[in-house]
Amino acid sequence: MSAEQNVTEQVLELVGSDAQAEVTVNAGTSALTRFANSFIHQNVGEEGATVSLRLAVDGRVASGTTTNLDVDALDRFVADTIEAARVQPVDPDWPGLVAPTAIPDLEHFDPAAADASPELRAEQVKAFVDADPDLSAAGYFETVGMKVAFANSAGHRTAGRFSRAVLDGIQQTPTSSGSGHAAGVGPAAIDAATAGALAAQRARDGAGTFDTKPGEYEVVLAPECVATVAAFLSVYGFNAKAALEGQSFVRVGEAQFDSSITLVDDVIDQRALGIAFDSEGTPKQRLKLIDGGVTSSLAHDRRTARKAGTVSTGHATAGSDVWGPIAHTLFLEEGSDPVDEMIAGIERGIYVATFNYCRVLDPKSLVVTGLTRNGTFMIENGRITGAVSNLRFTQSFVAALGPGKVLGIGNDARFGDSEFGPGMAHVPSLRLGAWNFTGGADG
Amino acid sequence: MFEYAAAAVDGALSAGATYADARVVVTRTESIDVLNQAVESVDHTESAGVGVRALIGSSWGFYATGEMTETAARDAGAMASAIAQASALVPGAPLELADVAISQTTWETPHVEDPFQVSLSEKVDLLIGVTTTMQGVPGIALARASLGFFDTSKWFVSSQGHRIHQHLVESGGGFDATAVGEFETQRRSYPQSFGQYETGGYEVIRRWDFPANAQRIAEEAAALLSAPEMEEGEKSLILEGSQMALQIHESVGHAIELDRILGWEAGLAGTSHLELEKLNTHRYGSEVMNITADATLPGSLGSFGFDDEGTPAQAVDIVRDGRWVGVLSGRDSAARAGVSPGGMVRGDGFNRLPMVRMTNVGLLPGDSSLDEIIAETGDGVYMATNRSWSIDDRRLNFQFGCEIGWEVKNGKLGRMVRNPTYTGITPQFWGGLDMLAGVDEMVYWGTPNCGKGQPIQIGHTGHPATPGRFANVRVGVRG
Repeated sequence: MSAEQNVTEQVLELVGSDAQAEVTVNAGTSALTRFANSFIHQNVGEEGATVSLRLAVDGRVASGTTTNLDVDALDRFVADTIEAARVQPVDPDWPGLVAPTAIPDLEHFDPAAADASPELRAEQVKAFVDADPDLSAAGYFETVGMKVAFANSAGHRTAGRFSRAVLDGIQQTPTSSGSGHAAGVGPAAIDAATAGALAAQRARDGAGTFDTKPGEYEVVLAPECVATVAAFLSVYGFNAKAALEGQSFVRVGEAQFDSSITLVDDVIDQRALGIAFDSEGTPKQRLKLIDGGVTSSLAHDRRTARKAGTVSTGHATAGSDVWGPIAHTLFLEEGSDPVDEMIAGIERGIYVATFNYCRVLDPKSLVVTGLTRNGTFMIENGRITGAVSNLRFTQSFVAALGPGKVLGIGNDARFGDSEFGPGMAHVPSLRLGAWNFTGGADG
Repeated sequence: MFEYAAAAVDGALSAGATYADARVVVTRTESIDVLNQAVESVDHTESAGVGVRALIGSSWGFYATGEMTETAARDAGAMASAIAQASALVPGAPLELADVAISQTTWETPHVEDPFQVSLSEKVDLLIGVTTTMQGVPGIALARASLGFFDTSKWFVSSQGHRIHQHLVESGGGFDATAVGEFETQRRSYPQSFGQYETGGYEVIRRWDFPANAQRIAEEAAALLSAPEMEEGEKSLILEGSQMALQIHESVGHAIELDRILGWEAGLAGTSHLELEKLNTHRYGSEVMNITADATLPGSLGSFGFDDEGTPAQAVDIVRDGRWVGVLSGRDSAARAGVSPGGMVRGDGFNRLPMVRMTNVGLLPGDSSLDEIIAETGDGVYMATNRSWSIDDRRLNFQFGCEIGWEVKNGKLGRMVRNPTYTGITPQFWGGLDMLAGVDEMVYWGTPNCGKGQPIQIGHTGHPATPGRFANVRVGVRG
């Protein structure tokens, strides 16, 4: 039994028989090497463990987390959580605990990420920076290795490990910037020199921008933009709590999207990052959210599943009692179109490398405002003719992918660094028929 | 606890650091969320550990551990130095630290009623009562209410002799009502979006009097669904205080962070449209605009005794009569820029590297009132309570949405409008500031959810603000 599993058993023993309880222990190391102005300026690491406990005393529910694993501290932590539960009203929607359940035997874990040295991270940063020594580089290289143990008082036990390595960087001229990104289960998935060269190319191509008029344009969105679109669809739409509250666009069974769009949440995919079970111990299902343009399903935890009269899909997260279950291992089905060919088909449009600071104006219509960043280029007569200043958009992400609106799907799928962070969405570039830019550089 | 911090500093110095400091931080939180009279979540957290910073050459090395022993702390210090040493593969100009007074003292947030001693039952009853009132209004589908409390103890030691213990107490909460239509939703919040947070105890919650405002807020949310959509145009914009606070936070507070101006945050948060060589000459806004960053304001969320570098809390002028005169800084950024260190560096818990953070960045009050501003407006719109916010990486091009708006015609508040939005460019927008309410309408608004840094850190900031008016603003932008 691992040290993490020992702690889960210790906590369950402290809870005793007075409550239904589920315990998760996350333990491991994470480190991040940050650079700006082409040198490493902040270089951080941490080790430690977090214990998360949710319990119900006669249907009265409370939860807590602690980083303090001392015996006395854990004793006090458990007692406090039980006491907090005792004074609550009965929770009519308490879904109970997961019974002992088989968890898929998979592990997205690379010890090279867990054990990565600061020297390894510095070498990756150097490769990114050296891709164009005449530009100014900024960004980070991160390595994470975590062990997770779960136990509940219904007898369910499981454990897993995950790791990730992420590079996110920009190269800057005095008047422009370009970005490069890579993410995977370990450092071997990262080609920092290539990412640095792409960022440099975008930055150099972006120098000497001109302003263009806001309006509706055909667009080609790079994977970073598409990852943000996918993440917003998941968090605000395919979230069963949002749907139950009437705040989601989702209408299961309807062709809400272009028939070329298939979006799946699948931790079993060998490219995925993460572990095979959720915070309630439920195995994560492979979930088709959009199947050939048809909205197909919602992500559930046990609470929303109980309300909806269905079963959990394994998408509970810490905090999902409040925020709802989230599908966060997204795969948007890759197409066959090279980016150059998508651009070649456009008479007048805009290529966007990344979005910045996207915020929802209304969750139900999923109208989002944000800006372009790190590479915005005018497309005219099938080729990129110059860089344009960053643009503000105000656009429904659902409508943008609506029937007839998706004109091309790239053959370049990879993890895009979304507004919700890296590793959440594996997506290709998209060519979309219309995108509503509502402001230019001068507002 | 000082012994763990001292051991961490020793470990870092022994491993080659030219300077080191360490913080032992113990944080307790409690949060309660209620939806439609049912408790969604009662959650409490405790985190404890030591984080140590080691400076070598051009880089900070930082390491944190949750293991509270002198051995683990010493090892963490050594690890911080080893990490900083590795940075030498991609070096820059050596970092220096601006001089500050060396303090050995204690400080505590003034508070009356320890929020962790108030019974959970009382807190839950308050929230259930508020949601019950809101649900009684026809058309309200979702009635939410929440409370949150933070109790943080820090023990700070530096290799230059700092030895500071602080105890910080923060309290806040709020509620909102949502009406759900066929194609959109409408929400109203009180006291502001995400709740109002301040330094202080449970007296903060009692002062904001949730029950007295629940009915009005719910009625406004229900009415919004059938209100006309705001028309696009250019007119006078009157902002309610909490939206003014967010406007300050996004288009002033982040722009004046010296680490952004120096390019240190370019990768994620971005840089700034401000250029250091224009400090003291750049016109930020109209002459009505006066902004300070004051970490000493009693009760405001960005107040403390000392920052996480041991620099005493202080007030710094940022904009004076519309002219940009100051920045938010720490010891390293101040030394690099040649300005005085502002004591504005804070970290999110024991396991995050302290960085430049807003304190209480706010507007000094004007000499008018909201009623007078409305009375003197011929064609305008009054907007209240933030609903969406987006601004570019240089803090220049922004678009904000508010929960509710009212037309202002010929000096009178007119009909309610839904989906009010406005957009602008920072210096032009602030250049249009022509009226500000006075000190009687001043509120120290708190922002408990400011994200910055990699790994991401959540900061707590304060923004003193009154209602004010801006001329010639583009409003009613929609997709």
